[in-house]
Amino acid sequence: MRQRLVVIGNGMAGARTVEEILARGGDFEITMFGDEPYGNYNRIMLSNVLAGVEDESGIFLNDLSWYADNGITLHAGTRIERIDRFAKRVYAEDGTETPYDKLIIATGSRAFVPPIPGAHRPGRGYHQGVFAFRTLDDTRAMIRYAKEHERAVVIGGGLLGLEAARGLQNHLPHVTLVHAMGHLMNTQLNFAAGDTLRKTIEEKLGIEVVVDGMTTEILGKHAVTGVKLADGRVIPCDVIVVAAGIRANSEMAAASDLPVERGILVDDQMRVQDEDDIYAVGECAQHRGEVYGLVAPLWDQAKVLADHLTGVNPLAEYHGSQVATKLKVAGVDVAAMGLKEPEHPDDEVLTFAEPKKGIYKNVIIRDGRLVGATLVGDVKKVAFLMQAFDRGLALPEERAELMFDLGGPAGEVKVEDMADDEQVCNCNGVSKGTICSTVQSGCKTVSGVMDKTRAGKGCGTCKSVVQRIVEWAAGGEVEEDPAASYYVPGIPMPKPELMNAIRLHELKSVSSVFAKLGGDEDAKSKMGLASLLKMMWGGEYVDERDARFINDRVHANIQRDGTFSVVPQMKGGVTTPAQLKRIAEVAEKHEVPMVKLTGGQRIDLLGIPKEKLPEVWADLDMPSGYAYGKSFRTVKTCVGSDFCRFGVGDSTALGIALEERYQGIEGPGKMKLAVTGCPRNCAEAYVKDLGVVAIDGGKWEIYVGGAAGAHIRKGDLLTTVSSPEEVIVLTGRFLQYYRENANWLERTYAFVPRVGIDKVRAVVVDDSEGIAADLDAAMEASVGAYRDPWKDRDEPATPGQFRTSLPLIVLPQVPVRA
Amino acid sequence: MRPIASVHDIPLGEGRTFAVDGDMIAIFRLRDGSVRATSAVCPHKGGPLADGQIDLKQVICPLHLNAWDLRTGCSLSGQPDVAVYPVSIDDDKIMLGD
Repeated sequence: MRQRLVVIGNGMAGARTVEEILARGGDFEITMFGDEPYGNYNRIMLSNVLAGVEDESGIFLNDLSWYADNGITLHAGTRIERIDRFAKRVYAEDGTETPYDKLIIATGSRAFVPPIPGAHRPGRGYHQGVFAFRTLDDTRAMIRYAKEHERAVVIGGGLLGLEAARGLQNHLPHVTLVHAMGHLMNTQLNFAAGDTLRKTIEEKLGIEVVVDGMTTEILGKHAVTGVKLADGRVIPCDVIVVAAGIRANSEMAAASDLPVERGILVDDQMRVQDEDDIYAVGECAQHRGEVYGLVAPLWDQAKVLADHLTGVNPLAEYHGSQVATKLKVAGVDVAAMGLKEPEHPDDEVLTFAEPKKGIYKNVIIRDGRLVGATLVGDVKKVAFLMQAFDRGLALPEERAELMFDLGGPAGEVKVEDMADDEQVCNCNGVSKGTICSTVQSGCKTVSGVMDKTRAGKGCGTCKSVVQRIVEWAAGGEVEEDPAASYYVPGIPMPKPELMNAIRLHELKSVSSVFAKLGGDEDAKSKMGLASLLKMMWGGEYVDERDARFINDRVHANIQRDGTFSVVPQMKGGVTTPAQLKRIAEVAEKHEVPMVKLTGGQRIDLLGIPKEKLPEVWADLDMPSGYAYGKSFRTVKTCVGSDFCRFGVGDSTALGIALEERYQGIEGPGKMKLAVTGCPRNCAEAYVKDLGVVAIDGGKWEIYVGGAAGAHIRKGDLLTTVSSPEEVIVLTGRFLQYYRENANWLERTYAFVPRVGIDKVRAVVVDDSEGIAADLDAAMEASVGAYRDPWKDRDEPATPGQFRTSLPLIVLPQVPVRA
Repeated sequence: MRPIASVHDIPLGEGRTFAVDGDMIAIFRLRDGSVRATSAVCPHKGGPLADGQIDLKQVICPLHLNAWDLRTGCSLSGQPDVAVYPVSIDDDKIMLGD
């Protein structure tokens, strides 16, 4: 039998919860009780109805047919008087009783009218001309009455009071706002902000504002004639609107023996304390001490309750809401979130005020996160601040960017402001619109979108923007991609776990790893696995050629036209006339289309067809420079002390020694090194994966984690040593630590900051984990296993290893310079 | 249907390009022993697909790492689709055509 779900309250909370339940396919027999004789309307929009910018029909959320269409029994205009928790029944004021299996209380709140003498007439409710501002009926009556009168006083200078005052101006000529506190919106704003707002309200809207004005009496015999304040002042008026806050409608619950303080007490599942089948949501509920009077928390609560009740996620939890407020008054912009003033001595506070323009802004930062912000008069930054506040985003170093658009690449945060056709990924030419439509077609993981569009798959610098666009387009429903932590996408394991499994099962080939750990083989995972297995097993690694990327199959770097580039080794960038002559002869003999000096101080022969590679290597008869692999590439050096007037260390000799030793070592990413003979840094050692700098006194500084590609980073100083021998040992140890611990394609500039230079130093220099000897031994084994791949040229390793894959048709060619 | 090459011309898990009537066709030998055939030219920027890495489902172009479904030719990374050809194995011969 279907469970009977009874909902007391047909306001925004009750109806929204039911909508969420229906959206999750919840199968209940639903009965709803509403106090007001209508379907369900958007109470927030009553201010707009009062202001005349929206008519009544526009604010209805669900009309009566929605209830019928969804099989919901609605008792509109029927108030529930009592709940029997034991018999599981609710009793209405008309005497009917309704049984339930599950009960949701969503009775909301009502306007709080302070006990001011004269507000009420015995037996007749409010004094004629006195109105609360809460329901559609209140609003209708207020408009009707105001149209026939001249002067209104609004009691209460909070959000609602301000909106009421502005709305009333449409119906009568003179409005005064009386606020008991020292400044407007005192719950959300500090004094300076509230005072700025007051001036704007007075000067721009022509509403008279009285602060510190405690109303002590409402005057008038038959109809109101004015209000009297504590200081004796009398403000004449004929309409009074009371907007002094709200109180939860929890009396019925209290009378039914449910726990009530300021609201009905609920746990993280919105279940009423100590009850199994009774829940409360919205403004009548008190969760972790908070009773919310805004709509956003209500949406969050409704989702959790629906997840829980329908069993979609029985353990869904509501942890409270970050409250952000916006004032909806035309011409007066106010937004506030979180703290209005700093609370701790070390809270960072930025304040900007330009009173003449009615502008006041502040932001409050704690531990690098936004914990409060106020914007009065200029809310341009509100979207970014709300996002940073909600999600705890990292904040810009330049704190002023929180308050102002400083120009420059504002791409940093405002994805919502980007045009659809704006190019996000400049490598692969992917626009914001393409990313959004991929998300809308159902792909809701960042890596999934990157795979589908190739956005962020070039140099990678736009990844964070791609991520923010996906998050924004998915409206906070981004799915976590578990594969983000895998070493390669095809094997569901992080690197340490994967390495353990490989050792445990003695997996020595890429196909055996798939067979044992991953199921189907995955083309995108092969290269990373091949690199890892080679590093782990050395000579025992079973080399399957299909696991190699084309560059590693033919020991050359593929070019845009399918030809290859050949870079012979030139240790430390030092060459000889004989070597130069040889290269020149080979280039002439094979009519090499382009000869180019590389950034790594070598000579590149470009445009070599695949089938000619072995012949070119043979003619060169020089070792491979490894300018194609995820491997140790080069050691760039300066002239050092031999010739340079400034050199303080023999950088060339050390560079050559490093390259001699670590040539060809494969790793998770490229390894580019440099040794420079003095801090002038001619060899650019500060921005290398590992850079060595000679300093006066025969010492050498070792920097790690530098980069000067798409990402630019100065390396972190690992240590300073006194001899080239120590540099060679520590270089090997650091590179081995990187090889064993970095993720696939994670360069040192990402690896070092991720692990932390202190940790790296502790392990590599101070041997804090006692693994230095193991690292050295593993590197020694890799060094010992080195063999120049260009020597393997007489017999192809596989059939057709050097067979052309070039098409016969004409394709875009790399331009050849004469 | 006609023979194009011997299966031994293509190492397991790799591809090779063959000229057929003035067209260039990439033939792949999957690790399960079956074969697939696509146009040799990447529709994105003309890369040599036979030099790409494959698995049982897809080929990845070596130039910009775009991916295509080997069976249908459909792009898996937002590019135009690539032509596919019927191909099978008869004894040791790779046969192209229906």
